[in-house]
Amino acid sequence: MPSPAPSTDLGAARLHIVTGKGGVGKTTVASALALALAATGKRVLVVEVEGRQGLSQTFDVAPLGTDEVKLVTHPSGGELWALSVDAKVALLEYLQLFYKLGRAGSALEKIGAIDFATTIAPGVRDVLLIGKVYEAAGRPQGGRGGSKATKGTKGGLHYDAVVLDAPPTGRAVRFLNVNAGVADVAKMGPIKSQADSITRMLHDSRTLVHMVTLLEEMPVQESLDGLRDLEAVGLHLGAILVNQIRESHLTPAHLTALQGSDDDLDALLRTELTTAGLRPTNPMVKGLISEGRDHAQRLELQDEMAREIADAGRPVIELPALVGGIEGGGIAVLADELIEQGAL
Amino acid sequence: MAARTSPEHPRLDVDALLADPDVGIIVCCGAGGVGKTTTAAALGIRAAESGRKVVVLTIDPARRLAQALGLVELDNTPRPVAGVDLAAGGSLDAMMLDMKRTFDEVVEAHSPPDKAAQILANPFYQAVSSSFAGTQEYMAMEKLGQLRAQAEREGTWDLIVVDTPPSRSALDFLDAPKRLGSFLDGRFVRLLMAPAKAGGRAYLKVFSVGVDLAQRTLSRVLGGQMLQDVQTFVAALDTMFGGFRERADVTYALLKEHTTAFVVVASPDRDALREAAFFVDRLGEERMPLAGVVVNRLQSLGAAALTASRAEDGAEQLAEQGADDTLTAGLLLLHSDLASTSARQTAVVTRFAASHPDVRISTVAASATDVHDLDGLREVGRLLAG
Repeated sequence: MPSPAPSTDLGAARLHIVTGKGGVGKTTVASALALALAATGKRVLVVEVEGRQGLSQTFDVAPLGTDEVKLVTHPSGGELWALSVDAKVALLEYLQLFYKLGRAGSALEKIGAIDFATTIAPGVRDVLLIGKVYEAAGRPQGGRGGSKATKGTKGGLHYDAVVLDAPPTGRAVRFLNVNAGVADVAKMGPIKSQADSITRMLHDSRTLVHMVTLLEEMPVQESLDGLRDLEAVGLHLGAILVNQIRESHLTPAHLTALQGSDDDLDALLRTELTTAGLRPTNPMVKGLISEGRDHAQRLELQDEMAREIADAGRPVIELPALVGGIEGGGIAVLADELIEQGAL
Repeated sequence: MAARTSPEHPRLDVDALLADPDVGIIVCCGAGGVGKTTTAAALGIRAAESGRKVVVLTIDPARRLAQALGLVELDNTPRPVAGVDLAAGGSLDAMMLDMKRTFDEVVEAHSPPDKAAQILANPFYQAVSSSFAGTQEYMAMEKLGQLRAQAEREGTWDLIVVDTPPSRSALDFLDAPKRLGSFLDGRFVRLLMAPAKAGGRAYLKVFSVGVDLAQRTLSRVLGGQMLQDVQTFVAALDTMFGGFRERADVTYALLKEHTTAFVVVASPDRDALREAAFFVDRLGEERMPLAGVVVNRLQSLGAAALTASRAEDGAEQLAEQGADDTLTAGLLLLHSDLASTSARQTAVVTRFAASHPDVRISTVAASATDVHDLDGLREVGRLLAG
């Protein structure tokens, strides 16, 4: 069983797998984590596997192709590279690498076998996608085709860290449980042995799965269930990254005050708004009070969710809501936050 | 209320949609995490309480939402939802899709018993029916077809509300069934089948380009066992091929009828609205009837007339006078945050609206807490109706 991670030091991991419920900001957080790792002087690759072009949108660059592209060179000497893995290309590349298929590759393509293998054959698609991550994570310095690299290799790797923007929690367990995925259909043969090597890498203690969540009921519930399922299939858990935390402008004293009678609050706000140089109107006063009370309710729910997350016993990292969205340097803000909170 | 698009922009009239007796199917689709299931459930309740006989087909509801609908077991059969007001003569049933069971039922219904047993036991079938990425979409379509047939046959329901699978992309829902269908009667399967069929040699001639090489390679890559399982599976399914394709085509055609209405669900952020735009365009290309777009979880403002910057100025002025820990200073800063968020959301929704001038839009304000009971769903329904 994985040992508890020492505080929030995630810097030692080689492969970071980022998952979470749909819509919680997985791609944003994976991007920020990769950028933060690069800022510590590492050569980092961030990979997406669902063809959504989420990374190119997040970093505001041209759509990613099947080649690794350098996005950022950090003054520290760190580099951030990105890749969007395509199952079909990965399969052809794999066939070329291991079988030197020139003509057969295109023959397979022609008869629809490539489509079959990458879309229909259960588990094969996932093996291919994650196989590419495996190849990149194990690639020796100065060359590709590094699948021979063993987990004992020290230094000498092309990338110091690889960040995988993984499928959402609901699919992540199946995606990462590669062996079980293909075991039903491929009991031996190359796919099976490829799956075995990948599983060894995924179960290595330097591979961590991070869970991104919001402080809302559904994402938290799904995250906690997901963490249990991921651990059950032998993966090492990293941090829980709580995304989009809003700074609270209300102190406990304010929250108590908001429970007071409408009339008292009304009078108080009118006086203070006047001091603030604003002309208090009825809708303004009532509106501010109702916003405050809604916020109090939300905070209460968030506290409850935060307690549930803390109970999971994983390191928790809190990331602020970006009021301006991810446009305009939001990723860098989150990356700094990760470094400041001592995650790296 | 929440920020709106410009007043001239056509608004999705949810109550008119639900009341239209011609509309027999409402399909809720959109990217993951935007509130599709909640929207489908809220539409279902609102329609039932205004007199429609409704069945809601959910795919993968969050646990508490499922409980709210009384969906405690996954038995693939619609069950009445308790606590719904039936005074207007309506009814509400709900079910959760069990994709494997749906697939099994299709196999059982369309093959002789011995063949069905053979298929169900095949490891390749088991993997395809429980984990193939398109199976859920395909089976959602299949179930929709079944519910519709039952509705027509027995008059059980006059409105079917369908939630769509949590695909990475909303478009998967439209594409996956075709993908499975085209696989099942595609060239590759015929190739696999070729040696087993009478006249196989003729087939082989047609595909003579590298067939041998391809088969040998496949067997090397996938392993001989897997290839053999696939061949057995395909041979067993052979009798059903026509049926599969035909059924997928029938359901696809059903979605194009004027009795179907698509509701595209989004949240007010760039990514979800881009997905929504793709889907809207795709529906147009396929000539499928779009009712409109629902944008969920818009930041609502109590003091809508107070701008973010004025609120911030006010808070600063309080700070200058040493009153920065007053309740009003806190509330002004809170309002400033909320108003900025709201402005950003309004901007992306407005941009979407401007590039889709004919698409009807309905917005739903975010509630302070999550929805997990019928009252919460009713409230969402009220907000949807505007």
